[in-house]
Amino acid sequence: MAIYLTKESKVLVQGMTGGEGMKHTRRMLAAGTDVVGGVNPRKAGRSVDFDDRAVPVFGSVREGIETTGADVCVVFVPPAFAEGAVVEAADAGIGLAVVITEGIPVHDAVAFTAYAKARGTRIIGPNCPGLITPGQSNAGIIPADITKPGRIGLVSKSGTLTYQLMYELRDTGFSTCVGIGGDPVIGTTHIDCLAAFQDDPDTELIVLIGEIGGDAEERAAAYVRDHVTKPVIGYIAGFTAPEGRTMGHAGAIVSGSSGTARAKKEALEAAGVQVGETPTGTARLVLARLEAERGH
Amino acid sequence: MDLFEHQARELFEEHGISVPRAEVTDSPEEAREIARRLGGRVVVKAQVRTGGRGKAGGVRLAADPPAAELTARQVLGMDIKGHTVGKVMLARPVDIDAEFYVGYVLDRAAGRFLAIASAEGGMDIEEVAATRPDAVARLPVDPAEGVTPARAAEIAGAAGLPPQTVDTLVRLWGVLVREDAVLVEVNPLVRTAQGQILALDGKVTLDDNARFRQTRWGDREPAPEDPLEAAAAARGLNYVKLDGEVGIIGNGAGLVMSTLDVVAGCGARPANFLDIGGGASARIMADGLSVVLSDPAVRSVLVNVFGGITACDAVADGIVQALDSVRPTKPLVVRLDGNNAARGRAILDERAHPLVQQVTTMDGAARRAADLAHAADAA
Repeated sequence: MAIYLTKESKVLVQGMTGGEGMKHTRRMLAAGTDVVGGVNPRKAGRSVDFDDRAVPVFGSVREGIETTGADVCVVFVPPAFAEGAVVEAADAGIGLAVVITEGIPVHDAVAFTAYAKARGTRIIGPNCPGLITPGQSNAGIIPADITKPGRIGLVSKSGTLTYQLMYELRDTGFSTCVGIGGDPVIGTTHIDCLAAFQDDPDTELIVLIGEIGGDAEERAAAYVRDHVTKPVIGYIAGFTAPEGRTMGHAGAIVSGSSGTARAKKEALEAAGVQVGETPTGTARLVLARLEAERGH
Repeated sequence: MDLFEHQARELFEEHGISVPRAEVTDSPEEAREIARRLGGRVVVKAQVRTGGRGKAGGVRLAADPPAAELTARQVLGMDIKGHTVGKVMLARPVDIDAEFYVGYVLDRAAGRFLAIASAEGGMDIEEVAATRPDAVARLPVDPAEGVTPARAAEIAGAAGLPPQTVDTLVRLWGVLVREDAVLVEVNPLVRTAQGQILALDGKVTLDDNARFRQTRWGDREPAPEDPLEAAAAARGLNYVKLDGEVGIIGNGAGLVMSTLDVVAGCGARPANFLDIGGGASARIMADGLSVVLSDPAVRSVLVNVFGGITACDAVADGIVQALDSVRPTKPLVVRLDGNNAARGRAILDERAHPLVQQVTTMDGAARRAADLAHAADAA
C-alpha cells in the first residue's frame, strides 16, 4: 500500500522541459513512475521522448488532469514561479503536489501552503527531494537504485541523510521514504507522515530524521507518544551547530535556546523513541529493533 | 539576513512609521556634528546585530556635542558578544510616557505569521512571555487577508495597547510583506509625553530566499567579518567557520551537519561546515578544499560524500583535480559511498596521493580524521 504514492499514481511534471525537469523525469520513468505528462504553456501539444516513451506536454495542469487522470504533480520550476505553479495545481484539483524547488521566499510558501490546504491539495516540500515508494513509483529526485522495497517507512527533513539511511538499510528495504524538506514552512510535516505510516499495513517500523531549527521534532515526539504504536527510531543532525547560524537549509538554525538538537533528541527519547548517535548507528538500531519485533 | 537598527529604522520611516530623528556614523568627529544638528543632547547607540546591547554598555546618553564625540569614541570598536561595533547611531532622546512591544514572527508549525504585542515593552519579550504569559498577546494573521485595520484593532485590543498604535501595526505588516521580511519587531514602541507614537528601536530579518526580487539588498549585506567566510562567500560556497581543527566537506546540509556531529563524537572539533551541494563540480570541490586548507586551525580534512544523484566517480575526479591545483599540506580522509562508489574509490587509489586516505564508512572516516588531527597536534 505504502503512503501518498503507489504504482497507481499518475504523475505530471511542472517544469519537465527544463534541464533539471528533463533529467529527473528520465530517472522517474526509469524507476517505474507513471509520468503521464509535463506542463508548459509555451510547448503545449508537443511531446518529449524519454528513451522508449513519449511524454505529452500540456498547456495547463487542468488540461493534464482532464486528459490523463493525473493525481500527483512534481514541481521543478524556478523559485519565482513556484507559487504560481502550486496555485495552478491546487485550482486544478490535484491531490498531491511535490515541490522540489529550493530557494522559495517564505511569504510565497506561507501563501501557497495555506491556499493548497484550503483546496484539499497535499503539499510535500518545498526544498525537498520528494518521495519514493521503492519498486512502485518515485516523485522527485531521490535516487531509486540505492535501495529496494521493504517494510520501513522513513520521514526526513534532509535529502542526503535520507539517501544515507536508504542505502545503509538497502537489504531490508522501505515501504515509502518521504523527504519533507528543510525550509521553515513546509506542507507535510513529520506528524503527517507518522500518522500515515501508522495506518499503512505495509509499514512495520518508522525512521524519523530531524535537524536543528523549529520544534517540529518535539511536536512529532508528542505525537508518537500519544498516537503511534509502531516502533519509531530517530536521528537528529546539528548538535555542533552554533547558535544563530543557518546551516545549509533555510530552516536549519538554532535561535537562542530554541531549535537545538539536544532538546529534540531528549523529547524523542522521552516519548520512547530510540535515537541513534550516527546515521550508521541509527541503521543498526533499526535492524536490532526489527529483529526483536519479528522474534516475538 | 538581520538588519542593523539604523537600517530597520530607515525601512520603518519609508513605510510611514514615525521614528525619532537620528543619524549614523563611524566617526567620533562626525558624531559631534550630528549631535549639534539633532539639538545637542543625544543617545549614542552601538550598531550590532545582537541583543543585550544596553546591558553591555552599547547605549549611552550624551549631554552635548563634545560628550557625543567622546562617547562615540568609546563605543566605536567595542566588542559586544563577539560583535565589533563599526557604527553608532545618534538619536534625539524622547520623553517616554509608555512603552509597548509589537512584532510579527513566523510560526513555523502553523505555517503562517503571528502578531505578537504587549503593553509591557522595552524588555526582552521572551522573558516577559516566560514569566508573565498573560501580558503577551499572540494572534495569527491570515496570509490571504493580512493585517487590515480591523485585525490591527483586534491585536491592539488583545494586548491592551492604545488605539493610536493601530496605524503602526498595519504599516509594520506592510514592512514585513513588501520587504520580504521574516521577522519585524518594534521594541519599544513608545507613546511620548506629547502623545506621539514612535518606533524607538527595531529589529528586521530579511528572507535570503527573496533576494532575487529585492534588488536593493545588495547595499545592505556587509561582507562576513571572518576572512575565511568572506573568501568562501566570494566563491559562492555554503560555508560556516567553527572553532575546531577538523575541516569538513560534504554534500547536502543534513549529511554535513551529521558529519560535524560524528567528528565531535570522536573527540575532535569540526573547523567548519561546508556543503558542496548535489552534483558538485570539480571546481566547487577545488574551491572548497582551498578555503578549508587555508584555515590555519585545520589539522586534517574529512571529505564525506554520499552519492545519491551525484556519482562518486565524478566526485573523485573533482578531488583529483583539486589535489593538483590546491596542493594540500594536511592529511585528507575521503569517504565515498553510494552511486558508483567503487569507481570513485578506484580513481583515488590510482592517483595514490601520499596525503589522501580512503575509509569506506562515515563513522570510520570521522574517527580517522579525528585521530590525524590529534596526531598533528601532538607532533
